[in-house]
Amino acid sequence: MDLRYSAAEEAFRADLRTWLAATVPDVGPPPPSNDLVARRAYDTAWQAMLFDAGYAGIDWPREYGGRGASPVETLIFHEECARAGAPYVGVNFVGCLHAGPTLIAEGTEAQQARYLPRILRGEELWCQGFSEPQAGSDLASLRTRAERDGDTYVVNGSKIWTSFGEISDQMELLVRTDADAPKHKGITWLVCTMDTPGIEVRPLVAANGSVEFDEVFFDDVRVPVENRVGAENGGWRVAMVTFSFERGSAFVSEMIEVARETAALAELARKVTRRSGTAWDDAALRRDIGRLAAELDALWALVKRNVSEAARTNEPPGVGGSVLKLAFTELNQRLGELTMSVLGRAGAAATDLDGLPLAELTERSVRSLALTIAAGTSQIQRNIVAERILGMPRG
Amino acid sequence: MDLLPTDDQSELAAAVRALCEARFDVDSLRELEGSGFDAGRWGDLAGMGVFAATLEESAGGAGLGAAEAVLVFEELGRALVPGPVLWTQLAAGIVDGAAAGETVVGGLDLTGGAAGPHLVAHLDACDAVIGVAEDRVLRWDADAMRAVPLADSLDPLTPVHHVEELPPGDEIGGAEAAGRMVADATVLTAAFEVGLATAVTDMASTYALDREQFGKPIGAFQAVKHILADMVVRAEVARSAVYAAGATLDDPEAGDLDRIVHAAKICADLAADKNARACIQVHGGMGYTWEVPAHYFLKRAWVLEPLFGGIAEHADAVAASLVS
Repeated sequence: MDLRYSAAEEAFRADLRTWLAATVPDVGPPPPSNDLVARRAYDTAWQAMLFDAGYAGIDWPREYGGRGASPVETLIFHEECARAGAPYVGVNFVGCLHAGPTLIAEGTEAQQARYLPRILRGEELWCQGFSEPQAGSDLASLRTRAERDGDTYVVNGSKIWTSFGEISDQMELLVRTDADAPKHKGITWLVCTMDTPGIEVRPLVAANGSVEFDEVFFDDVRVPVENRVGAENGGWRVAMVTFSFERGSAFVSEMIEVARETAALAELARKVTRRSGTAWDDAALRRDIGRLAAELDALWALVKRNVSEAARTNEPPGVGGSVLKLAFTELNQRLGELTMSVLGRAGAAATDLDGLPLAELTERSVRSLALTIAAGTSQIQRNIVAERILGMPRG
Repeated sequence: MDLLPTDDQSELAAAVRALCEARFDVDSLRELEGSGFDAGRWGDLAGMGVFAATLEESAGGAGLGAAEAVLVFEELGRALVPGPVLWTQLAAGIVDGAAAGETVVGGLDLTGGAAGPHLVAHLDACDAVIGVAEDRVLRWDADAMRAVPLADSLDPLTPVHHVEELPPGDEIGGAEAAGRMVADATVLTAAFEVGLATAVTDMASTYALDREQFGKPIGAFQAVKHILADMVVRAEVARSAVYAAGATLDDPEAGDLDRIVHAAKICADLAADKNARACIQVHGGMGYTWEVPAHYFLKRAWVLEPLFGGIAEHADAVAASLVS
């Protein structure tokens, strides 16, 4: 057990810091969250800057255009970017963290050559078409069907919770290609180009007012067979590969942001006045904030353990990712609760008032509700932990 | 950076686990009810080098670090090993004979203002007692404590004496020694709690696979699965903090020692208490019997939680560190 980084890792960190210090100040503040076109421009410009500096696809293998960073270097990369206030992966999330790694693991050479460079350079945006109105936690019951017609699949059905569907170029799409097979064995993973005729994207307004989620409808959408990743009816296994990446590298940036928010909440509590004194004079509230900060330190240690495990095994984190997701998303939600407790009556305003950043704070409290639902609800994660770590029978 | 045990560290933990499984199985714990101490088993711990683990080699110890000590105490906690093991280990090199286990050393946590009542565990087995406050380390001969044995104790494996008036004692260490001892004691207590929290998770899982209701193992029901999953999460979060705390004690410049010690104790206190409670719940009615040892684990968790500050004290300290 050793918390020291090697000389090579420290050199990697120093170079990155130098680059971030020279680059981030000129990037400017992010656009309003519901201006999706501006967000695409902002996030993809950052992706292009990462590419030019050799940091795009940080943990992708070099032969696929990535940097080939080790798990520890990847941790350092996310840590330093977050500390420097660099843009988050943002709208490039699905391309960089889902579709790209999945294509590297399962795609053909032609698919890799077609899609990977454009993800790395921020030229093409990806979205996800997995969930359906009737297929949420029970994803394998998805109904959107694809029928083979010569060299194309004809897709009909609908998807939901597609982030950034309106501004995306490609979709990772799960379809049913065999309605008679057991549900996990009739699914195929396709790349669907979003300007194909027959696709309609309708925004959904989320509880925090965001319009980044969409419903996507498919009416005789023709997808070339060459866009299939993996075998026909072998898409469930490919999707599991995708998920292993999703549960792996996702939280480092957010954890650093939450640590910053927690410290900021403590300072804020000293400014919010109560009937007598300030919110910080409330010993129970103060203690809850202190406990949350401590648990966050513990989760940072868990990240380091998961990274250490990945460095030894060369595998994505798997079930260790479920443990982290469960703990971190619930902690993040507790920060939302504590934020509202600190704000007290002022929390009824979602407009900045008396120097309090109420718009941002109230929005983050609402937004945190999505975290225990998205990417596998906490209930599904608990099933995974109980079944795969403890060996409980599948119910 | 590698926060997993090295091969050598894993071998050490495996050796301690093998000893504990052989000498501190559940039936042996039952035999120890009331005393919590057995000279033969104590000698086995000494023979394994538990007490001398972190003492420098020049002083006759094994010269191991806090990272190794954390793994040893995790294993002791997994087996719920009773007796003044922590105090005797802390006293190694300070009290003659402690490192070899020949002198059995009990202890008093005098941190946080030393508010009483002062209860010394296992005093009948002890030759000496040390007390640690933030700024000093004290020592007494066991029979100089003028302590009253209490007829009953919460944990049947942790008998306690009440020291009505604390005798002055010999100051054997100042602020520097005390600071390090408090940090070590806090982290090793947390390590023991992590082992305890893991043991009850295993116990509950085993039961959930074996016990059938409604025609299937109760572990097939999500209501039970989710209790078990939360046990895993609490134990793994606490284990991570404790490993990081051990590594930071060995290399204080590699992290924020105060913060990670607070995190380790808070998360381990939580994991031990909540997991031990959950273990009883998963066992249903049998969990509430004296015969099923689940209550031993919860009672020990309750004894350990307040030592060297509980959740509240550590959370308050972290809160204070957040504001300028």
